[in-house]
Amino acid sequence: MSGKVSQRPVRPPGRPRYKGKAPYLFLSPYIVLTAVFFVVPFVNAIMLAFYETNGPRSRVFVGLDNFVFLFTDPIFQRALLNTTVFALASVFIQLPLSMALALLLNSGGDKVKGFFRLVFFSPNLVGQVLVGILFSVLFTPRYGLVNRGFQMVLHWGLEARWLSEPRLIMPAIVLTSLWLWVGFNMIYFLAALQTVDKTLQEAARIDGASPWQIFWHVTLPSMRHVVIFVVIMSVIGSYQLFELPLTLLSESYGYGANDAGLTLITYLNYNAFRCGDLGLGSAVGWVVATIIFIISLVQIRLGRIAEED
Amino acid sequence: MNILQILLLSLFVAFIVLRLLGRRQTASRFARWALMGLGAVVVLAPFTWLAAAVFKDRSVLNEYIFLPPVEQWSEKTLNLNNFRELFKGRPSLTGPVYFWEYVLNSTVYATCTTVLQIFFCSLGGYALAKYEFRGKNALTLFMLGSMMIPSVLLLAPLYKMVVDLGLVDSLAGLIIPGMVGTYGIFLFRQACLAVPNEMIDAARLDGCGEFGIYLRLVMPLVRPMAAAFCLICFLGNWNAFFAPNVFLHSQDKLTLPVVLNLYLGEFRHDQGVFLTGTALAMIPPAVLFFALQREFISGLTSGAVKG
Repeated sequence: MSGKVSQRPVRPPGRPRYKGKAPYLFLSPYIVLTAVFFVVPFVNAIMLAFYETNGPRSRVFVGLDNFVFLFTDPIFQRALLNTTVFALASVFIQLPLSMALALLLNSGGDKVKGFFRLVFFSPNLVGQVLVGILFSVLFTPRYGLVNRGFQMVLHWGLEARWLSEPRLIMPAIVLTSLWLWVGFNMIYFLAALQTVDKTLQEAARIDGASPWQIFWHVTLPSMRHVVIFVVIMSVIGSYQLFELPLTLLSESYGYGANDAGLTLITYLNYNAFRCGDLGLGSAVGWVVATIIFIISLVQIRLGRIAEED
Repeated sequence: MNILQILLLSLFVAFIVLRLLGRRQTASRFARWALMGLGAVVVLAPFTWLAAAVFKDRSVLNEYIFLPPVEQWSEKTLNLNNFRELFKGRPSLTGPVYFWEYVLNSTVYATCTTVLQIFFCSLGGYALAKYEFRGKNALTLFMLGSMMIPSVLLLAPLYKMVVDLGLVDSLAGLIIPGMVGTYGIFLFRQACLAVPNEMIDAARLDGCGEFGIYLRLVMPLVRPMAAAFCLICFLGNWNAFFAPNVFLHSQDKLTLPVVLNLYLGEFRHDQGVFLTGTALAMIPPAVLFFALQREFISGLTSGAVKG
């Protein structure tokens, strides 16, 4: 999860191995609970993916059929496409906005910073379900706050059917996610900006670099660890998107018209827990886990390459 | 042209004029303030809208953007009908269920999980930080690896496990698997590393038991981390939806996010009701957040930034 955590535990010099049982006792709740609620389900998750199940109790071995079914199912492909589009929007729209806000805030005084940080972070107290419920009303054609806001500023959108027109469903989900998460990632960027060496920026400024050049060549490289961390976390989060579309598009269980709002986890939830095929759900889980794993590896590798340059 | 457009345009014109006058410093300060102000308005507008909506009668919910003009204020436009409808007992298979029961369920679930997590995670984190014991490296590696497994992958088999243990459809089935977490153990491990070894050794020489050292020496020292973690954990569980939605079946056992999601369909034609429930569900996390705000932000970013 964090940079410091990833260090190998180093034995302090001269500190002898503790002989008593205390550390085992202290860790026993974790060990027992993890064995029962993590290791066993994990092994089961491997097995379940090769079974067709009907509810938690009956199952038939089907080999790789679940995976074959998934990759030939046009609905699953749609879910994969939608989720990828959302992940791209998170990285290329949401994170730059977070960074811009962090830069804006960073140049203000401490009091100002504290106040706006609080305001921009506040949507995160609410949680995805409540935000989705709130925005499902804000997107009402003709009357919704979002529709009226667009009409007032752009003279467009009063009648926009955000949540029923396939073309507008993904933009509506992205807009809601921006409102929710721009402030969240801003906190990380803001904290990182405060650790950037001010003398380097000052030196670049004296050498005649423009503010944009200073940001691109001095500030951004020196906070790259946090940037990589935030990008990986948002991609992981994006591939697990579920509650926002579910509540925004509640009439179709989160699928939306033409499956325009369908995400991988919505697909998993519907097939595993509504239709009872836990095996198919598990197979979807493995696909999501594999995607997340590959993308994280690629990003960590890219980060290393950037470091060596 | 409307007020909003005129306002935006005049802000822009003011910025250009300042630039043309050669006051670059003032211009950029002005632009920064204007942008932050606009951002804050966008963020706060939905909350303001919601705060007004809970008091509006269903007949005028959509008529006015926020509150109706003062001369229109009356029992017909502004009233507490939404609250009355929300708090009314609703029939279910097990008799009438009241809204406060969902509030109670959510409170029990979030509070129990948070308290247990703080205890077990700090205990485990302290053991990892301050003891050298056989198998420590293997355990640390296992924990790091387990954090890479997305939780959704485990939900289907975990559901099966909870059914097998007979814990399905009870808050215990949610609380027990969530009593301890790898992320929490690592957070507390970070905090405990800062406790000086000499203090621990001194306490040991003075005859303090190992658990006593944890309880009376280490815990008071890692209180800031405990406060931050308390908020992270409470927020996560109070707003949790996926697992409660799958694990709970009986109407009187549901938590707030699950039931509000159901109300979205049930009160499609009386949106004020679920909006009022949503607004009420936002209050406890907000109160806790304002109480623990300072610790929270530093706790959230400590792992990411210091590394």
